[in-house]
Amino acid sequence: MEKMKRRKFLGISAAGVAAVAGSGVLMPAIANAANVAGWPAAAFDAKALDAAMKDSIDTTSVKVSPKVHLTAPTIAENGAAVPVTVDVDHPMTADDYIESVYLYVDHNPTPLASAFHFSANNGQAYFQARIKMAKTDMVRAVAKTNKGVLMASKPQEVKVTIGGCGG
Amino acid sequence: MNLTRRDFMAMMGIASATGFLSPSAIASSWGSGKDPYEIDDYGNVTLLHITDTHAQLLPVWWREPGTNIGTRKQKEWGVTPHLVGNHKLEYYGIKAGTPEGYALSCMDFDTLAHKYGKIGGYAHIATLVKRYREQVGKKAILLDGGDAWQGSATSLWTKAEDMVGAQNLLKEDYFVGHWEFTYGADRVEYLLKHKLKAKFLSQNVFTIPWDEPVFDPYDIREISGRKVAIIGQSFPFTPIANPAYFVPKWAFGIHPGHMQKMVDECREKHHADIVVVLSHNGADVDKKMASQVKGIDIILGGHTHEIMGPRPVKINNTLIINTSTNGKFLARFDLDVGKGKLKGWRFHYLPIISNMIPEDKEMVDYITKVRAPYAKKLAEPLAVTESLLYRRDNFNGTFDQILCDALREEMDCEAAFSPGFRWGYCKLPGETITMEDVMGQTAITYPQVTVTEYTGAELKNVMEQVADNLFNPNPYYIQGGDMIRVGNIQYTMDPGETIDKRITDLRIGGKMVQANKRYKVAGWGAMQRVEGTPVWDIFAKWLRSKKTVSANSRDLPVLTKNMKGNPGIAFPKEYDL
Repeated sequence: MEKMKRRKFLGISAAGVAAVAGSGVLMPAIANAANVAGWPAAAFDAKALDAAMKDSIDTTSVKVSPKVHLTAPTIAENGAAVPVTVDVDHPMTADDYIESVYLYVDHNPTPLASAFHFSANNGQAYFQARIKMAKTDMVRAVAKTNKGVLMASKPQEVKVTIGGCGG
Repeated sequence: MNLTRRDFMAMMGIASATGFLSPSAIASSWGSGKDPYEIDDYGNVTLLHITDTHAQLLPVWWREPGTNIGTRKQKEWGVTPHLVGNHKLEYYGIKAGTPEGYALSCMDFDTLAHKYGKIGGYAHIATLVKRYREQVGKKAILLDGGDAWQGSATSLWTKAEDMVGAQNLLKEDYFVGHWEFTYGADRVEYLLKHKLKAKFLSQNVFTIPWDEPVFDPYDIREISGRKVAIIGQSFPFTPIANPAYFVPKWAFGIHPGHMQKMVDECREKHHADIVVVLSHNGADVDKKMASQVKGIDIILGGHTHEIMGPRPVKINNTLIINTSTNGKFLARFDLDVGKGKLKGWRFHYLPIISNMIPEDKEMVDYITKVRAPYAKKLAEPLAVTESLLYRRDNFNGTFDQILCDALREEMDCEAAFSPGFRWGYCKLPGETITMEDVMGQTAITYPQVTVTEYTGAELKNVMEQVADNLFNPNPYYIQGGDMIRVGNIQYTMDPGETIDKRITDLRIGGKMVQANKRYKVAGWGAMQRVEGTPVWDIFAKWLRSKKTVSANSRDLPVLTKNMKGNPGIAFPKEYDL
């Protein structure tokens, strides 16, 4: 329990120094015709995610590593603040540490939701953050070491629904 | 015709029917003199469970759904609880027309209702609970699975205090929540702290943003020298299925990982001999949770108002039940708890048929007192119904149909939506609908009626999103409501499809819906704070103006042919199958 608290504290302090990119205006899912199949919809904009990845990590394809743990709810209680946790199982020593972790939401107006920067002094690359999501979408995290090695989490789907009608 | 208990016993004797949904009673094939509520003593711990009474202090009519579909993709086709009508009776080996048949199935509902009478009622529940407590002594604990505070006029007007009084008289031991939260976090905390004597447990409610537990996750009770762990699980989708502004600082969710941690803690740290989860997950979510979490002996389930008895479902080593709604059943588990394990069990699923159980005097006096200030208002007659009115069904119930008619006419809209709630009792043909009955369909803390101009695309999206809460192959997306009720909207539905593809041929008033065209739709139960007249006022006004009503046709979807033969559909012709 004590250990857990310490980790959480470190996570929070990491978040404190993070540069958080704005994730744009929240569009209520209810007003979004684009996710209705067979109806006039904007073309899938793969370019936005690719561009965001290119800008931040200079590549569009990163291998999934079991070392990057991304926890996100299967269904969002509030699309405007979806709690996600990232925990990277990697040494944090002066010559080998996680330097940055990037969070992406595939179809957000700005797919790069947040970027977190660490030093070896953080002790652990761990954080909790709340991100905005306009609709049901994939969330992914990419970690970068100080040597420039990239590793990705398994993408997690988070459902954003209009709610209501509960039993 | 209301039979006396004596008449009933005589009749049952002649029919030599099997007795009350309990293996032991069936085995002993009771005769005319035998009391079906009599249960042989067994074991060293007795769990009594009620759930989802929806604040019905008095007995009500309750019809089981005619449609409760499970799909092949969900692996729920023909699997309990997705069985209805004769399919359910066959599965449990129960004869139609018997009291058990009446309690378990929708077949011949109004005929059997006249024969056997209303179900539930706290005065009747109290009699049975007291009787079993007297029989087994300190071995018994009473667990309430939530949704006790909402569903009636008096619960809404007393902000649930009438129900807390009844819970205290029943001497309930444990409680979890769902609709309770729609009174707001402050009211919930006040009632739990200062009024309710039962202990409220939840392992799955945390503060935002610090993730601290809001309630005690579990309690360890020593019974007959054994340690019984009770873990609470409140409704995981509370801020999604109901307005989040009622509990802005609390986060919910299923949290199977945390549940595992709690189970392990109960066993390892507290040396619990058995672990019981009091759950408001709903039947499908309970089944998946039992497949993931090791070490739970029994899940006492609610929320989805399912008949999941008289035989419990077993997933791995976990026994799961679901104890219906509106006080229709009292579930009783008699357990033989050994050192660190459950050695044996007997289960009894007891329908509360009010004509067969005398009222408890203390509870009757309490109910009369608590209702007195409202009695006149509740009794106001509004209209007579010519047809059977009910809500519970996967698609439009007849009560919702006339509610949608009322909304369309009173709000001057071409279409209407009404939430797919699973509470709301029945009225028989020829009965008078009173103000109390209107409240019985509408008593919520966010009742405002709204008129929304949806584009065709938005309208379809609303329906697709709700359908996905019902038919998603992942049980952790099943929120436990039924399909959104529609007025003057026609569609074809394929429950076996995925989101955005289930609904086709969507029409309003027979005309194809256009994606970009706007449609005026009346509705209630909005997720955001809105202004508007309470739905009960609008419904009551409409009923007064009609004097007599009937729901002869329903806005049901056409179901795709792949649903043919689904044991979750009692009347396939209603869906063109």
